[in-house]
Amino acid sequence: MTEPGQLTDTDHVAAPGVPALAEPVVSLAGRRRETLHFALRNKKVVGALVVISGFLVLGLVAPLFTDHGPNEYVGPPAAGPSADYWFGTTTFGQDVFLQFANGIRSTFVVGLLGGGLAALIGMTVGFVAGYRGGLVDELLNMLTNIVLVLPALAVLIILHAYVGVTSVPMQAVFIGLFSWPWVARAVRAQTFSLRSREFVDLARLSGMRPLAVIRREIAPNMSSYLFMTFILLFGGSVLMAATLDFIGLGPTDAISLGLMMNSAVHWSALHLGLWWWFVPPGAAITAIVGALYVMNVGLDEVFNPKLREM
Amino acid sequence: MTLQVDDLRVCYRTLMGEVRALDGVSFTVADGEIMGVVGESGCGKSTLGKSLVRLDNRMKHVGGTVTVDGEPLPIADDRAMNRFRFTSVSIIPQYAMSALNPTRRIGRLVADLLDAHGMSYAATRPELVRRLALVGLPETVLDSYPIELSGGMKQRVVLVLSTLRDPALLVADEVTSALDVSTQRAVAQTLVEFRDRGYVRGMLVVTHDISLVYQIADTIMVMYAGRLAEKAPSDVVVTEPLHPYTQLLIGALPEVGARFSERRLTGIPGRPPGLRNPPQGCRFRARCPLAFDKCAEQPPFVEVAENHQVACWKAGS
Amino acid sequence: MRRYFGRKLAIYALTFVVAVTLNWIIPRFMPGDPVLRMLTRTSVSNPEAIAPMRAYYENVFGLDVPLWKQYVNYWVELFQGNLGVSVWLFPAPVADVILHAVPYTLALLLPSILLSWWAGNKVGALAARSTWLDNTALPVSYALTATPYMWLGILLAWGLGIVAGVFPVAGGYSFELRPDWSWVFVGSLALHWFLPFLSLFLVAFGGWAIGMRNLIIYELEADYASYLAALGAPRRLIRRYAFRNALLPQITGLALQLGVLVSGALVTEIVFAYPGLGHLILQAIQNQDFFLLQGAFLFIVIGVLVANFVIDIVYVLVDPRTRTGMQGAA
Repeated sequence: MTEPGQLTDTDHVAAPGVPALAEPVVSLAGRRRETLHFALRNKKVVGALVVISGFLVLGLVAPLFTDHGPNEYVGPPAAGPSADYWFGTTTFGQDVFLQFANGIRSTFVVGLLGGGLAALIGMTVGFVAGYRGGLVDELLNMLTNIVLVLPALAVLIILHAYVGVTSVPMQAVFIGLFSWPWVARAVRAQTFSLRSREFVDLARLSGMRPLAVIRREIAPNMSSYLFMTFILLFGGSVLMAATLDFIGLGPTDAISLGLMMNSAVHWSALHLGLWWWFVPPGAAITAIVGALYVMNVGLDEVFNPKLREM
Repeated sequence: MTLQVDDLRVCYRTLMGEVRALDGVSFTVADGEIMGVVGESGCGKSTLGKSLVRLDNRMKHVGGTVTVDGEPLPIADDRAMNRFRFTSVSIIPQYAMSALNPTRRIGRLVADLLDAHGMSYAATRPELVRRLALVGLPETVLDSYPIELSGGMKQRVVLVLSTLRDPALLVADEVTSALDVSTQRAVAQTLVEFRDRGYVRGMLVVTHDISLVYQIADTIMVMYAGRLAEKAPSDVVVTEPLHPYTQLLIGALPEVGARFSERRLTGIPGRPPGLRNPPQGCRFRARCPLAFDKCAEQPPFVEVAENHQVACWKAGS
Repeated sequence: MRRYFGRKLAIYALTFVVAVTLNWIIPRFMPGDPVLRMLTRTSVSNPEAIAPMRAYYENVFGLDVPLWKQYVNYWVELFQGNLGVSVWLFPAPVADVILHAVPYTLALLLPSILLSWWAGNKVGALAARSTWLDNTALPVSYALTATPYMWLGILLAWGLGIVAGVFPVAGGYSFELRPDWSWVFVGSLALHWFLPFLSLFLVAFGGWAIGMRNLIIYELEADYASYLAALGAPRRLIRRYAFRNALLPQITGLALQLGVLVSGALVTEIVFAYPGLGHLILQAIQNQDFFLLQGAFLFIVIGVLVANFVIDIVYVLVDPRTRTGMQGAA
């Protein structure tokens, strides 16, 4: 167990009690290919990918087939689903399907941007705190703990109320700014344990700069974990955005699934029985977020050989 | 005779197929015998030790039998084995440091375990305390949580707990590898003492450390790639090994193989073969300095002298 | 032990300071001068509110006073319990309005959190040992935990409230009643409470069940479980240990989930027009009542901090490792 490659290799493929001594050292590229191989054979991952890409395509493509904006009054008011208006219309005659498709777009923007930003901040804080240790760690840890206990939604409500969020990306950035702490915590702990490992020492002794050590030695060994973290953050951002939109603090220039539910409740869709107005947006969020969670479970099985079905 | 193992075969199920970690192993352990099992990582020695007590869910019994005191062990049947565990076969696992439930006081843990076996904690406690004292632990450890004990203390608690019911066979799996050198010696001496006092009758000491096992074992068994390579009384294995693998293994030792002491410790060049598709014939062939044509055929594990068995074509001649 | 709690309390105190400071900074320094905007807007919606609001403003955000003085003033007002005057329910002080709403929110939150935690852990542990339950309860749990709180609320309100007509869908009690402690009133309270409680319970339940199921599987693979199995301990004992140990991270999870649970309660209240903090926040937003909004924010922060501290105490009581570690006995 002296070569750096071998150490990570045994972590990855060996069954306990059967050290990978017998295996040839698998290269990083080989590992990636192997991961892909198992990922594509995992029903959970594939199923989730199908669901998510289905929604993504719908959100990207459907709005292209119409000249109307999602909030325009195009049809008869409060009409049920029909061939012309697949998901019916609102009390004002807006096309629910059109709103739905556009709302899915916003959902993906919020998830990618908000989740991405949170992942970026969380990883940076976690890596730096875990790698540098000492005072830097103390300070960052304190910051992390404060943001962690601060109820994100409450802060976001105040921010949204005063600043007035106009666009979906802006909302995503705000959400990202307040949802990173648990990532930072986890990454910090992992970095702590990795940094004392042989191959990191080796890299450090050979004069690699700290940033390079994190980027080349530590991050790749956590890549699967980081990817799964991003997926969870994606789902979290989507739910958070839906919550804000539903309270009525959503972006003013766009439509989103949360805003649809907000309008539906606000304009008494429940009492009027316009179920097609409020069922689809929530169902889409549930399906997308649920698929993300299921994908996470599947990826866990792929990345963690112990969990692979035998 | 305490333990008799006949043609034992155990494999690991992996995604890529079955790994034959133990491929036809036969030996006996006599009453009061301490047998050291040595070899490189992945040679199957730990698998051997574990399969005598409990196959984990990745291990599969493929063939062969194990008898303890003349009674066959149902090693493939996890539930049926429960009757034999703790009372007849027991183990000190490799992970002794983390073997105790961290959220339970040690006394409570022992009480729970005894209770599950239908025994009274109150009645057993005096003996337990006596044995703890024997390994230098005060009675108060029973009121402690594992986190309050040092690694060596936890190891000794596990030793006492594993042998509490005087099992016929104890498997000690790499019990010293996590300890510093002085503690290693103490633990090794304790194992001998437990045997001498009859707390354990037969013992299988699985280790990669020949010099340690040489001090305490009566017999040493060398394993290579899932098979037995050589088995003989400790002195014989260390001073007159016949299998080329044993010779190289001894040569790699700074202390025992005095002849090579000034040579740099390099280990044996090469790696053991993969056990998913093991090569035909002698498995050491590719690394063996003495290999010749006949090695393409598997050498039998035969007795070449009294109590001295070797699996090598060159050894018999 | 004292050091541990000291550290925790320090973090919570700091968090509180940060929250108050944010509350002060955001209206003060955001681009477009929200303070001014707020004053002009409120003057339209409620003319009477202007005078007391101006007075409060002059004191807290007085533009002729140096910044640090404004900040200090803000803290002084805060400690006197003065959070300003509500515009929406003029002239009620914000603190009173909020204290009126808090019991409703707590009545939703506490039972739903505790019951979902308990039931989720039980079901999760059962799922870990039964393939049948694992195959049914687990997918349901994943669906529940992915469901946005308000959507489940909407579905329940529509299905059980409007279509089936079993439960009322708006308010904390029937609007024909006046609050007193009669059976009729309490019955009405319970009837109005049930659906919002149920939707909070269900969503949270899914998360706990999944968490416990995964944790217990992890615990069953732990070294202590293997050792017990090697010593012939029955599955029952090993499972009991695993369950107890898996509960510990679930307690920590409770602390981490507080924010999400609170936001779930807020939106659920909005769906059911339930007169708690969430309802207040909605009204505050719709009526441009920024004092009320900020007051609600502070109350939520304080509530979450207190809950965190309670969980810390519980954790220390149940996990011997933290206790012994803190006493330095090791």
